Amino acid sequence: MGAFGSPAPKPESLRDAYGRTLVELGEADPTMVVLDADLSGSTRTSLFGKRFPDRFFNVGVMEPTMMTIAAGLALSGRTVFASTFAVFAAGQAYNQVRQAICYNQANVKIGATHGGLTVGPDGATHQIVEDIGLMRGLPRMTVVVPGDAPTTAAATRAIAETPGPAYLRMPRENLMTVTDGAFRLGRANELAPGSDLTIVAVGAMLAPALALSERLRESGIGARVLDFASVKPYDAPTLLRAARETGAILVLEEHTVLTGVGALVASATAESYPVPVRRVGVPDVFGESGEAWAVMERYGLGPERLAAEALDLLHVRGKIS
Amino acid sequence: MVDDAPGELVRSLERTAREIRRDVIRMLAEAGSGHPGGSLSMTDLITALVFHELRIDPAHPDEPNRDRLVLSKGHAAPALYAALAHRGYLPHDELFTLRRLGSRLQGHADRNKLPCIEASTGCLGQGIGMAVGMALDARLAGRPSRIYTIIGDGECQAGPTWEALMAGGHYRLSNLTVILDRNGLETDGPTESILGIEPVAEKFRAFRYHTVEIDGHRFPEILGALEAARRRTDGPTAIVAKTIKGKGVSFMENQHAWHGKAPSREEAERALAELPPLP
Repeated sequence: MGAFGSPAPKPESLRDAYGRTLVELGEADPTMVVLDADLSGSTRTSLFGKRFPDRFFNVGVMEPTMMTIAAGLALSGRTVFASTFAVFAAGQAYNQVRQAICYNQANVKIGATHGGLTVGPDGATHQIVEDIGLMRGLPRMTVVVPGDAPTTAAATRAIAETPGPAYLRMPRENLMTVTDGAFRLGRANELAPGSDLTIVAVGAMLAPALALSERLRESGIGARVLDFASVKPYDAPTLLRAARETGAILVLEEHTVLTGVGALVASATAESYPVPVRRVGVPDVFGESGEAWAVMERYGLGPERLAAEALDLLHVRGKIS
Repeated sequence: MVDDAPGELVRSLERTAREIRRDVIRMLAEAGSGHPGGSLSMTDLITALVFHELRIDPAHPDEPNRDRLVLSKGHAAPALYAALAHRGYLPHDELFTLRRLGSRLQGHADRNKLPCIEASTGCLGQGIGMAVGMALDARLAGRPSRIYTIIGDGECQAGPTWEALMAGGHYRLSNLTVILDRNGLETDGPTESILGIEPVAEKFRAFRYHTVEIDGHRFPEILGALEAARRRTDGPTAIVAKTIKGKGVSFMENQHAWHGKAPSREEAERALAELPPLP
């Protein structure tokens, strides 16, 4: 998939990609509306608001009712994007998302930024690591966690084109651009080949997954990397093929291991093709303040820990001694 | 409020409301569970809307310019179902499938199951937000649709109710009418002893609503308030309708125990005896 095609990888803002794509979608669809809850500068919906002031509603600090208002606009036939931080979108407004949006089958796309530990200095109150689990548990909900800016733009377009509720989780941090944006719902793109091990990578862990794969390759270990941006629907055939062909799966995610993609991969493989699955994510604890990647390292998502987990998994699998 | 509604219209609405109350009792007795008190308290309000005020047509349920009714107090769905059946949106016999497995008549209404339900509701404080969204949509699209939502008084203890009211006031949604079914009782008892909402009309006014207080069982007053709301061009209207929980059934009236309890067969017979069809 051209993971490391030229030009060289560089960090880019996923939020910028989201905001710019909203403007592009707003040009094409004159009925599309965007809502925000007093965070439009941070979520980048302000770009849409400046371009289409009549179709932009900043409702203030009331995330639950932003979701019900969004549902009412969508039930009238519009495509609606509603943005705020992930902790408010999935946490504060959970029941509104559940009933006003999902149960109503309202065409609302939730653009949730500042997901995960990489919110950094704001600390645990804002570092939601439960949102993927909450959202993927909702009937009718699509869940996408892009790992770079091109995927964010493609995913924003994809959920706009697909009727029904969707949750797009983005981090605050800029991330290395490692894909050409060839995102499709329900598809897990293979970004690196390998037959010794599969690394399922989610969101901010995508570039670290590729770095880990490179590092293992230097030791003669082939680690396949799957970009699991499409969490729901997920790519079951590609996942199970990876289980068959590599025999072990390491899941990397900026999310609690209890309910995230690691839990999904473990249960999906257990039912159809059991292989050892190692869930590397946030343990059953709250985070804390700190620089984004320092917090990640503290909670077990730094490069040394990832390498150790990979080697341990290969050891369990009997591929190394 | 001046009683200037034509006598024949009022008598017709009273006859229809009586039929709806009879249906509510029979539906709930058949279902064995549900919410009679709040269904009966808002029956006259919903009758006035569905049979007079709303610009709706059962032959064209998806007409974009239709008016919309969102029942934010979704537990009163039986009265909504009965009104819609009498208006021609579903077969009358189907009312008695309420709450049964496979029925289109869910315990709280599901818009994906019945064409005439504008929004699935049931969790208090949400329908009113959806109504605000619909009113914003209509104004943005330049459509003449008016949006009505009926809320409960226990629902006025919920934060999102006031969030949504604040938004309706801020956006000056003249096409939005919020009707409060002020029966004074919630599941566990009187609103004012549990968590008082008074002075609720003053709260609506502070939130920029043209607010009127009426007797929610007198059609001339209901029709007059709705007519005044339709004429407004400078902001939303709130109608505080004083009602009686369990209205029309002596042993249910003003009894909070009848908020969420269905009548037995015998109780239903007694209730129906108090509610004979009107000539």
